[in-house]
Amino acid sequence: MLGKTAASLFWMSRYLERVENSARFIDAGFRISLTRSASASDEWSSVLKSSGVIDAYRKKHDDFASAKVIDFLLRDRDNASSVMAVMKNARDSARTARTALTREVWEATNESWMTLKAAMAKPVKEQDLPETLGLIRQQSALVRGATLGTMLRNDGFNFLRLGSFVERADSTARILDVKYYLLLPSVALIGSSVDNVQWETILRSVSAHRSFRLLNGTDISAQAVADYLILHKQMPRSLSFCYAKISDNLNYLDENYGRKSRSGELAHEICNDILSRPIEAIFESGLHEYISDFIAANNRLAAQIEMDFNFQDRIG
Amino acid sequence: MLGNGEHVRPAYQDYKDWLDGEDVKRLHRKSAEAEAFFRKTGITFNVYGQDEADERLIPFDVVPRVLSAREWRKLSKGIEQRVRAINAFLYDIYHRQEILRAGRVPIELIANNAAFLPQMIGVNPPGGIYTHIIGTDIVRTGDEEFYVLEDNARTPSGVSYMLENRETMLQMFPELFAKIKVQEVSNYPGQLRRSLAACAPQKCEGKPVVAVLTPGIHNSAYFEHSFLADQMGVELVEGHDLKIVDGRVAMRTTEGYTAIDVLYRRIDDDYLDPLNFEPHSMLGVPGIFDVYRSGGITIANAPGTGISDDKALYSYMPDIVEFYTGEKPLLENVPTWRCSEKDELAYVLEHLEELVVKEVHGSGGYGMLVGPAASKKEVAAFRAKLIDNASNYIAQPTLALSTVPIFTKKGLSPRHVDLRPFVLVSPDGIRITPGGLTRVAMTKGSLVVNSSQGGGTKDTWVLEE
Repeated sequence: MLGKTAASLFWMSRYLERVENSARFIDAGFRISLTRSASASDEWSSVLKSSGVIDAYRKKHDDFASAKVIDFLLRDRDNASSVMAVMKNARDSARTARTALTREVWEATNESWMTLKAAMAKPVKEQDLPETLGLIRQQSALVRGATLGTMLRNDGFNFLRLGSFVERADSTARILDVKYYLLLPSVALIGSSVDNVQWETILRSVSAHRSFRLLNGTDISAQAVADYLILHKQMPRSLSFCYAKISDNLNYLDENYGRKSRSGELAHEICNDILSRPIEAIFESGLHEYISDFIAANNRLAAQIEMDFNFQDRIG
Repeated sequence: MLGNGEHVRPAYQDYKDWLDGEDVKRLHRKSAEAEAFFRKTGITFNVYGQDEADERLIPFDVVPRVLSAREWRKLSKGIEQRVRAINAFLYDIYHRQEILRAGRVPIELIANNAAFLPQMIGVNPPGGIYTHIIGTDIVRTGDEEFYVLEDNARTPSGVSYMLENRETMLQMFPELFAKIKVQEVSNYPGQLRRSLAACAPQKCEGKPVVAVLTPGIHNSAYFEHSFLADQMGVELVEGHDLKIVDGRVAMRTTEGYTAIDVLYRRIDDDYLDPLNFEPHSMLGVPGIFDVYRSGGITIANAPGTGISDDKALYSYMPDIVEFYTGEKPLLENVPTWRCSEKDELAYVLEHLEELVVKEVHGSGGYGMLVGPAASKKEVAAFRAKLIDNASNYIAQPTLALSTVPIFTKKGLSPRHVDLRPFVLVSPDGIRITPGGLTRVAMTKGSLVVNSSQGGGTKDTWVLEE
């Protein structure tokens, strides 16, 4: 497989994952803005932070009015990370890797792009937002379904999966990075219903509010929420889960190509070091530092994958 | 569909019988379905310099264009003769240049021609083939009259539309194909791969590695490039995927560099190699031409084939065919006035309103004048351009092009068409896929069929014997 094709598959699924995560963030932010208008600005500001576009937003707007934030996140041309811009990147990557995709995966991606482009041709009104966000999630599900249902389990498939999980780990970690203070013991001690709502928002940003309750009942604590998002082995957006998958995919590639890659080792190190500490130890040594370390390690892994599989030409 | 008078051409009889029994509403629905299908599949072409409408569909018409087996035999014989002559001409023009010595083609026409590549002099392309892929543009003016409009011996496009149009028709009207026996086109990609592999270079070891070279996703024909690579089961590469490794052109894979034996390139000669041709090109591979000359890679079509389909040479094609095959041309050439010649220019200037005037190096229907369709103002503006740079132009009469019905909102309506059959040349022989791409001028009375100018396409049927 061409290095460029591997790169396009990896990035195609990173972009698709990012689109889906953006929809979740916006959904969580929107909910707060509806139910607790006093803290809406803070909430939108942290959504913009988690999405990494707060600086670009501040250049354009002075306040965090819901309509402005929503338009910026969904479709503003000044935002290179808007849902539409990222969706366009995903489609361009799919077009570049067209020969490595099944017709079903390509068509699902192309149709998603067409559908979302039509749905967001004009600013999305607040009353239409839930529907639009639902559409984004539905389109992502279609592409994922086509991928799982029709792709040969070869190297191409594994590059697609790697992209999804690297992006997803990054996304979950970013939410924790922005909201870590809500999970600190000092805040948890207060134990008011206000904090419960905040925690629920975190869970909602990763579509885990229901599964969390299923597993924990009403027993909600900061530590339990953090544990769930970082270490839970069954929660599909937890850091541990993502890294278990990343290790599998890299193992497959190593086996397929008959060699040991540095990225395979690195993923192993991240699993064994960062992700095998108990949650008590993580809190003890500082949740924020822990998350920062993880984000840096995840970036290092992405760069190593790029190098190991010749995504780009290297001089020399 | 109708011949002279109002009788139905025999080839169309079965189709017309079917059509007469069809509900018009159903056809409208099918028409809309076809459009949705093309969009979904991404069978689009990019238009340069337009942001929002950057990907367009080529209009597809649901009424097929039908040729009888007999008509096709006549046509394909003529095309084969012409393609044989073109390859012989290319070999000659880059070797001993007998045709120039014999005075059949003026030497200035070659010497001063940008399409002539001096770097190709004395080079022997692997398998002795210059033009592996040709798309001959044909128009019909009467029952037995076919003219060759252009030879397209560089990188002809449109074959993906031939294949997808048929696929679409099969999906929409399966019952039609059960009733009427139409010759297959679907084996084209397999034949293309085989015929490319049959021209592997000297340094090829084992099974030839074939790849398609594209300028990238923003190129207007990108869909076709990826389609062909996909259908042949070969890699689709861009210039930045390639570099020269140990005297071979190699592609960067996830496991290192792999040598390519045959490169079906869909970029022009100029952009192929910044070291040997256009120095600013970012699309090509520095040094690929040197590898080519040393027998390290086959480039299809060979560099320099553009001299054979150059419009300045077009009027000499009958001589070229005769010179190399020793036979009279089977297909007509459109009478052509060479504006580089004083007397002919005078005639053209006098008859501008009746003629089609084309740029010698133009393509895609840009920069041409269709006299009968142009306004007085347009003719006057063109006249000035023509006088200014006469040798840049040729002129042809407007032919009484045949029409084929298209399905419009108001029912069937005649439109002018041309036909581009696709020809594969390999050391084992010449193959022409029965059918080709029928391009249709969607505007009533228009003679311009180019997709860049709003032309559409149709499925093209060659009936079984």
